[in-house]
Amino acid sequence: MTAKKTFPNPPRRVALFVTCMVDMLYPEVGMATVELLEKQGIEVVFPEAQTCCGQPAFNAGFRDEARVLARRFVDIFEPLVISGQVDAVVAPSGSCVTMVTHFYDVLFESESAVEYRYRAANLAAATFELTEFLVDVLGVTDVKSRFDGKLTYHASCHLLRELGVDRQPRALLENVAGAELVPLDGADECCGFGGLFAIKNGPISTAMGERKAANIIKSGADVATLCDVSCMTHINGLLSRQQQRCRVVHIAQVLNNQVDVADSPGTSRADVAAPEPSRRWQDAREEK
Amino acid sequence: MSVDIHAPYKERVDTALHDKHLRIALDRATSRMKTQRADAMAAIDGERLRTQVRKMKSYVLRNLPDLLETLESNLTANGAHVHWAADGEEADRIILDIARQANVQKAVKAKSMTSEEIHLNGVLQQAGIKVVETDLGEYIIQLADEPPSHIIAPVIHKRIEDISQVFQRELDMPPTMDPSAMTGAARQILRREFLSADLGISGCNFAIAETGTICIVTNEGNGRMVSSMPRVYIAVMGIEKLVPTVEDAFLQYQALCRSATGQQCSVYLSMTSGPRRADHPDGPEEFHVVLMDNGRLNMLARGYGEALMCVRCGACLNACPVYREIGGHAYGSTYSGPIGAVISPLLNTDVTDADKLPHASSLCGACRDACPVKIDLPRLLLNERADQVAEGDTAWFDRQAIRAFADTMKSPGRYAAAASFARTGSNLLAGMSGGNITFMPPPFSAWTQSRDFPPFAKKSFRRQWRERQERRKRIGNEGQRSKIED
Repeated sequence: MTAKKTFPNPPRRVALFVTCMVDMLYPEVGMATVELLEKQGIEVVFPEAQTCCGQPAFNAGFRDEARVLARRFVDIFEPLVISGQVDAVVAPSGSCVTMVTHFYDVLFESESAVEYRYRAANLAAATFELTEFLVDVLGVTDVKSRFDGKLTYHASCHLLRELGVDRQPRALLENVAGAELVPLDGADECCGFGGLFAIKNGPISTAMGERKAANIIKSGADVATLCDVSCMTHINGLLSRQQQRCRVVHIAQVLNNQVDVADSPGTSRADVAAPEPSRRWQDAREEK
Repeated sequence: MSVDIHAPYKERVDTALHDKHLRIALDRATSRMKTQRADAMAAIDGERLRTQVRKMKSYVLRNLPDLLETLESNLTANGAHVHWAADGEEADRIILDIARQANVQKAVKAKSMTSEEIHLNGVLQQAGIKVVETDLGEYIIQLADEPPSHIIAPVIHKRIEDISQVFQRELDMPPTMDPSAMTGAARQILRREFLSADLGISGCNFAIAETGTICIVTNEGNGRMVSSMPRVYIAVMGIEKLVPTVEDAFLQYQALCRSATGQQCSVYLSMTSGPRRADHPDGPEEFHVVLMDNGRLNMLARGYGEALMCVRCGACLNACPVYREIGGHAYGSTYSGPIGAVISPLLNTDVTDADKLPHASSLCGACRDACPVKIDLPRLLLNERADQVAEGDTAWFDRQAIRAFADTMKSPGRYAAAASFARTGSNLLAGMSGGNITFMPPPFSAWTQSRDFPPFAKKSFRRQWRERQERRKRIGNEGQRSKIED
């Protein structure tokens, strides 16, 4: 893997890689990501042609299909990085970032794809997971957030073991005012999602997830946080089926004050109010 | 109800998941072994050890033909007979021929996964030779008539309560939960077997090429007796299980012991460099080494050489969240867990539904972190999945589904259409159950059988983003206007 891009000057503009799951299922996570970045003075652009990075096809072994999507992804994001239109690409997902930073290299191994391999490496160097970007690039560990209750943290597999990102989200959570960070047994153990694994091996996946859900309940946390909505969908799917009170939310939502401990467990996304735009605009204007 | 390793994959998994005792046993053992390994590796510079072992093992793979010839010539010079077997059948035949020629009635065996791989016990027994497993765990499963379910802990799938029942049933032992009482009973029987056996059979943890030495690592001393008491001793090994030098042997020994059981070093390390010599008080009269391929060169040729660096410590099994839920028998192969899922479809073995094994992983990577050789097991599993697709070895439905998925994601228009379709469909389903989706049609029913699914968002992120941009533009324009008016 290529070395990560360094920033002699503080980055000013990033391209958001929102991921297809966030786009379609959890837009509030995408908005939280945008707002978090904007609060740090970062301008966010959203290349609207983006869809999926190709990870589901790649994980299932369908490399030709994954390669088509990977090329498309490189074509959309790499020119922005190379031309200096953005300083980095940021995504609220450890596993989608891993796809770009680690697995595009595998997809473009063949000689005929050497151009894309090179371009993918450029892109990989400038692509960051959200907490990684906040902590390692911006040097921020306190985003002035508040949560009055108990929080715990589940370390998603790709984020932890491929990207090696773990202290970054924990550092951010430690600075959430009012929150008590409680330990989670088996925090680094897989929740059993694994993409198509959850369908192809449903019963095993469920057994793994039930263990994760039980550990979360045992932790006593009001809310478990993580950096991947895929794991979130899996664990919440189990907690919801079991009609548990606690639930899992994306770290961006906690850091952006979108989570309240009093929220009832059955709250569906539709009930979550769309973020108020005016406040952000005033912020932006004041800066000018 | 124990798992039948010849049953179809789905059935094996279901049986395992419904076996409460199995899951208790697995939970107890894997968590203990996982902690032991972590502690043992933390006590030293574990990372450095792993790097060194990996370097050494990749040297071995790069120089395999030369090292094997060195090993052969040194073994031969030491007075050992070296045999080459292309596959398991040939290895079985060679061993059976040796046994017949030496007029063997009874064989004692040290634990050997390679011999399990080639189903050696059955072959010998069919020829009228009594075979006795002498590793306590292997002895228990031999009594229970089951295959091992873990590389180093063959009876990991049984709780002590279950083992007690086997001893009551097979050895007429009074009911006891005292492990030392059970071990004592087994020991008494096994001592007699050692004394009366004609043939000792073991695997090989590593063979030292420069000295022609077969090394076996045990904690019970049975390996030493197997290799020194009977008049004939046969070691059967995969062609990858060798190290260049004595120094390398101890490097691997360190990594193996710490990763397997969390020990600094095992209780016994038995080394055999040749048969008994004229001035030796004891030792085997005949010493044979069977070097077996059985699909290993195929692995190398097909780009899976990395898996041949495996030292068979079982750390990846203990670390694996899938193995922890289903245990070894559900894999249907001699080798289970992540390494088993990688090598079973490639080795020359007969595993029911072997093609399902590369998919029996969430690719979480815990195995790679535990591996003393840093084998990138998730990557190898991904490559196997890709090979299956390239060879047209995938279900029609999977192929169509992934193609449809890729086609959709390729075009923003189709993507938007699919999202809106999913939104409508999911809202309908969610409406039926009030909130989350609790039912979906196949194949997604595999999800909703046990888990809810959220409905698609009413407004996708990109729509919210567009609206936000428009609002900004409007506010911006108003700002501009107000400036002009000022």
